[in-house]
Amino acid sequence: MSTTTTIVTGRPDTRHPVVGRRRRAFSIGRIAGLIALILAAVFALGPLLWAVTTSLRTPAQAFENPPQWIPWNPDFGNYAAVFEQVPIGQFFLNSMIVTVLIVVGQTITCTLSGYAFAMVSFPGKNMIFGAFLATMMVPLQTIIIPVFLIIKSFGLTDSLASLIIPALGSAFGTFLMRQYFMQMPRELGEAARIDGATQFGVFWHVYARMAAPAISTLAILNFSGFWAEFYRPLIFLQSQSNFTLPLGLVGLQGNLGTGSISVVLAGVVLSMIPSVLLFIFAQRYFIAGVTAGSSR
Amino acid sequence: MSSPAISKPHRAVRRLGARRTARREAAFGYAMIALAMLFVTVFTFAPILASLGLSFFDWDVISPPTWAGLANYERFFSDGPVLQSFGVTICMAIAIVVLQLTLGLFLAVLVNQRASRFGRTFFRTAFYLPLLASTAAVAIFMGYLFDTKFGAINYYLGLLGISGVPWLSSPLGAQATIVLIVVWQQVGFTFVLFVSALMAVPTDVLEASSIDGAGPLRTLFRIKIPLISPTILFAAVIAFINAMQLFDQPFIMTKGGPGTATTTATISMYQTGFQNLQFGYSSAIAIILLLLILAVTGIQFLAARKVVFYQ
Repeated sequence: MSTTTTIVTGRPDTRHPVVGRRRRAFSIGRIAGLIALILAAVFALGPLLWAVTTSLRTPAQAFENPPQWIPWNPDFGNYAAVFEQVPIGQFFLNSMIVTVLIVVGQTITCTLSGYAFAMVSFPGKNMIFGAFLATMMVPLQTIIIPVFLIIKSFGLTDSLASLIIPALGSAFGTFLMRQYFMQMPRELGEAARIDGATQFGVFWHVYARMAAPAISTLAILNFSGFWAEFYRPLIFLQSQSNFTLPLGLVGLQGNLGTGSISVVLAGVVLSMIPSVLLFIFAQRYFIAGVTAGSSR
Repeated sequence: MSSPAISKPHRAVRRLGARRTARREAAFGYAMIALAMLFVTVFTFAPILASLGLSFFDWDVISPPTWAGLANYERFFSDGPVLQSFGVTICMAIAIVVLQLTLGLFLAVLVNQRASRFGRTFFRTAFYLPLLASTAAVAIFMGYLFDTKFGAINYYLGLLGISGVPWLSSPLGAQATIVLIVVWQQVGFTFVLFVSALMAVPTDVLEASSIDGAGPLRTLFRIKIPLISPTILFAAVIAFINAMQLFDQPFIMTKGGPGTATTTATISMYQTGFQNLQFGYSSAIAIILLLLILAVTGIQFLAARKVVFYQ
């Protein structure tokens, strides 16, 4: 997984060493290509930048066009206002509790099961794993009514637990961890077994440690995925004190109508901070997460 | 003749020992998958079967369910609004997949051919950043940007002489806006996939084609694209499965409107199930959506068999 990144960044550009002449011939093409890329980057970043800079304008200015792309006089009043208008601190805390517990839970369940499907032989293994794989195509919406009924029968409606518990196991996570364990040399475990290690000891002391990159990838995929989740909270949660950030922000936008978009945008910007921070520090695991599924 | 007499019990013991080891290993395997198995069984396997079962009943949650046979499925095929929501979803999904793949491939090829190491990291970050926002956040700020009267997008279009585009206030405009927003957010995913696939194209193949006199465009269409076709297929399947489940953006931005222009299949399901409390009928729609996704994914794989080049 990390090798992908090294390939991406580490190869010197010696692709066409012969053709100095051709290079010049295509220099117009090169410039056009670069312009296209920069234009695409402007379109990709523009709306995000607009959200940030508009959250720093006063509610009255926020409607003015052209938008102010550089916040010359940043006004942080919206950030104070959003805390007054909705319990955004509570939303933030709820999102954090739900996301962190799912990340931790799935890391445990998927690492254990992924290892078993890759390294341990037991009757029915391929059949069970096949059933896991088959569920990866099933949309969440297809199973939401029964899951909702199960949650209800446990007495967990309108609670954070209703979001956490159903997400603790994952077919995709199991698949991802299995793929990673499959690449590891079996000899290491066999050697440790001869030295007297237990089966769990082999897993824990030898392989689990080597799986750190895959665990990080899974954790980061899950963090950014569940942090952003909207559909299940919409259906499972009723009271505002249980809302997660995406649900709370949509509620904030609805309550205020088009009254003060800069306050709503302050909330939007706050909601993006954890994922952006994570991306800054662990970009390669995000990239690994994208390519992880394609190596089937 | 004495050796078999000695080795016979020995072999038996060994076999017994091997069997015991195998049994112990199996027990360990089951213990390791137990937790994942428990959660996936209760919250995925069982709900799939339950959805299928529920689709044969009429149930409003209050009174006990009554057997309906295939009535819910028959109703689906004569239910104009719901059929329309499926049509809308399929059209938007096709538009999303085509745009997302074309744009993603175009950008990936440009970065792959021209950018320096710094450029690569910069563009990858730029195109990936939208994926870090939640769909709800995107729906909110894009709703402001695409506002017909006050939105910055119509302001800039106005400078170009195009004024008052009814982005979210007309049926076609709302569908187009949602397609654009999904592509805007998701294109980074396809881009990252394609860049790493293009990087993995062996250099010697490219050198060979260059020596044979193939220009950049020919190399792209004859060598690079065929070589990364498995990744293109994968990206198409993932993008399509996601697009068929489109819910958050239309639900937040237009509530399925104007009229029913952006009422997607999953919004229909939400309305029949959680608003009209027709859990049986909603489950039938859910099963049909699942079958549709499976069928189209299957067709994608079959069609790709002729085109996709596996090394």
